[in-house]
Amino acid sequence: MNNNFFEVLRPGINTTFQDKGRFHMQHLGVTPGGCMDLASFLIANALVGNTPSEGVLEFAYQGPLLKLIEGRTKIAITGTVIFQIIKKNHQVVNGECNRTYILEKGDQIDILATKHSAYGYMALEGGFDIKPFCKSVSVLVKAQIGANEGKKIKLNDRINIKLDIKNKKNTATKVPSNNKNIIRVLEGPQFSYFSKESQKDFFSKEYKISNLTDRMGMRLEGIALKNIVNTNIRSEGITKGAIQVPADGQPIILLTDYPTIGGYPKIANISSVDYNLLIQKTPGEKIFFQLIKLHEAEQLYKEQLNNISEIIKNIKEIN
Amino acid sequence: MFKKLRNIGDCGIVCDFGDEVNQEINSSVIKLFHHIKKEVLQGNLNGILNYTPSYNKLIISFDLEKIKSSKIIDFLKSVDFSKLNLTYNSKKWTIPICYDFELDLEDISKTLKINRDEIINFHLNTNFFVYMVGFIPGHPFMGDLNSKLFLNRLKTPRVKIPAGSVGIVEKFCNIYPYESPGGWNIIGRTPFKLFDKKNESNPCFLAPGDTIKFKSITKDEFEKLQNE
Repeated sequence: MNNNFFEVLRPGINTTFQDKGRFHMQHLGVTPGGCMDLASFLIANALVGNTPSEGVLEFAYQGPLLKLIEGRTKIAITGTVIFQIIKKNHQVVNGECNRTYILEKGDQIDILATKHSAYGYMALEGGFDIKPFCKSVSVLVKAQIGANEGKKIKLNDRINIKLDIKNKKNTATKVPSNNKNIIRVLEGPQFSYFSKESQKDFFSKEYKISNLTDRMGMRLEGIALKNIVNTNIRSEGITKGAIQVPADGQPIILLTDYPTIGGYPKIANISSVDYNLLIQKTPGEKIFFQLIKLHEAEQLYKEQLNNISEIIKNIKEIN
Repeated sequence: MFKKLRNIGDCGIVCDFGDEVNQEINSSVIKLFHHIKKEVLQGNLNGILNYTPSYNKLIISFDLEKIKSSKIIDFLKSVDFSKLNLTYNSKKWTIPICYDFELDLEDISKTLKINRDEIINFHLNTNFFVYMVGFIPGHPFMGDLNSKLFLNRLKTPRVKIPAGSVGIVEKFCNIYPYESPGGWNIIGRTPFKLFDKKNESNPCFLAPGDTIKFKSITKDEFEKLQNE
């Protein structure tokens, strides 16, 4: 135990502790949750030398301003994020993502904004000193479970740090960016409920991401999809990335904190390979859907995991 | 036995037991659910992350990095339903309810032309079966109510329903675990906590396949139980 901690000088819009999520509980109504962008989460932990199961801080749009009150620590910020480190002597260092920084007592980290993206991550060497619930620290705000009593961080919170700094060398890696607006999907269980024309529209017309978008779901605006069978189904279990279409014909993509069961027909499901790309899109952006087959989706995801492993393997010491 | 197996996205599988909603079909769903849960928790089928039963379907989600759908489908096809046991993990519960906290009994009575006490007796005399738990943590969907109590959802859902409220719609009964919006007809309230995060080893006492009877309590007893 030590007494190292940050004080929250500004919490940001939606700053929560997250890890890979909480599993084996969906039958009790507990959604897995976890980090929205798995790649950025994994890279953040790897940069500071943590295992992939360590909890990190996830922020959306505007991030937190944290002051290190006691101790010394090493951090990494991942995603596409604008941030600064304000040294104790007021010197300001403009931050770069995908590398580490050492913070001394009295330093502040000011995470100003995610740039052309929604979610960013801050990992800490050795991790945050936080309490898991059912083997995961992931915060589910609606159910109030996870680290920090299941709440977003707020002004004046104290964030405890597990370890004193061990490795004083900084590290960095290169992460390619991806700005594509084509999201690959697989056919949903009720694809045949939609008219032939709507099936065609879904894969050819653009859909705009609306403001009604959060960790639970993303509402789209575009040409209405016509259901010719039934606009309600018997409630059934939901999977991450399901694209459901209620009676108004406007699709809603169910994201990481999805409700565990739902009763709307699902036209398609986001492929695992494009999930991170999708959730980093911001309201107002336009996307297109492209249909792929299961074996392609499996192969593409395998390649993506290999690419993430390469990025992690290429973490190098810097001065 | 399920009628159809199909993939949902690239990391989900649905076992579809047909279109009917009844306890017999749901029992088969829950048998398979218990079987898979047991296999996964024993360390077999590594990579399966969740198994979610609903009225007539079981949905399995998995980590595509660790396991492929073809392996799970092969496993599902090899399951011998005649050897699965429903009572394996199912529990019986008595849940206290105070009908003084109803919000809709008067309207229900008018709509169905059944008096208040009869409605309560129908509810108290029902042996409920938990079809599924979900949407939010600890939220049970139970059945079957006498067909004389058949009601639709409220035309305008309420913005706020107190935690513990017991509602009915069609042949189903639910309990709201948290204060939340909702459209069910509220006939009473239970002091029981459906999802207790302080009890980490067993936060949710109701599970799919459990059976329930309600027991009427007074307001005083309600308050005593709630403060326990």
